Amino acid sequence: MLVINVIAFVAIFSALMVVFHRSPMVSVVFLIVNLVCIALFFLFLHAQFLFAIQLIVYAGAIMVLFVFVVMLLNLRKEEELLPGWRVQRALAYLGGPLLVGALWTALWRRGRSSEAFPGGFSSGFGTAEDIGRLLFNDYLFQFEAASVLLVVAMIGAVVLARRRES
Amino acid sequence: MITSFLPLVAAVLFAIGAIGVLIRRNAIVVLMCIELMLNAVNLTFASYAYELRSMSAHVFIFFVMTVAAAEAAVGLGIVIAVFRKRQSADVDEMNLMKW
Repeated sequence: MLVINVIAFVAIFSALMVVFHRSPMVSVVFLIVNLVCIALFFLFLHAQFLFAIQLIVYAGAIMVLFVFVVMLLNLRKEEELLPGWRVQRALAYLGGPLLVGALWTALWRRGRSSEAFPGGFSSGFGTAEDIGRLLFNDYLFQFEAASVLLVVAMIGAVVLARRRES
Repeated sequence: MITSFLPLVAAVLFAIGAIGVLIRRNAIVVLMCIELMLNAVNLTFASYAYELRSMSAHVFIFFVMTVAAAEAAVGLGIVIAVFRKRQSADVDEMNLMKW
């Protein structure tokens, strides 16, 4: 339990650094720390396959994309506050804790009835074998739709980032 | 124990991501905050999968990751296209389609 507390602390701290650090590059690094923390949570939750996918796809592939774009664009570091933004800032700081409260009320009700499901884990819980069986039997159509989505996104990214000769 | 603690962590992470989307003006940081929120949802899914001993949520997390990858690719493509045109990735300056 202590380990989980430490990971939770690191996850929340790195999330805060993502939002409040002025340099986008530092934000990217702290986002990688956050994603690794969530991968470790997956490990504690018997989701070994998702742990591997989180590290490979998120902390690997997607974050490399972010690092590339941040370094490519050479963004300005400082961002100054516009006058109209003070209201939005105040609303964000006010609404954030309210959002935590609302989500926690909704999730806590559900969490309290956990005694109703005391069953043990099946032997293949969270492994690639069981997820593959679910994906290719019950969720086959959705799986194919996801592959179409990836192809469309790939084509879209290539078309958007292409240099136009004019 | 773990299933009542982790949804709270996920709620806090989601709220931090939402605050980031509201207060940051750099388009790339806004995209990163959206990734933060998607991950918080994934964490909630995983903790309820653990609590209910059901693997369906793992499939949902798989699909959320697919959509997140597609969203990151297209989003960053848009940021590059806008930056090339305006030399800035500031979301306030992208106001052509705002009311």
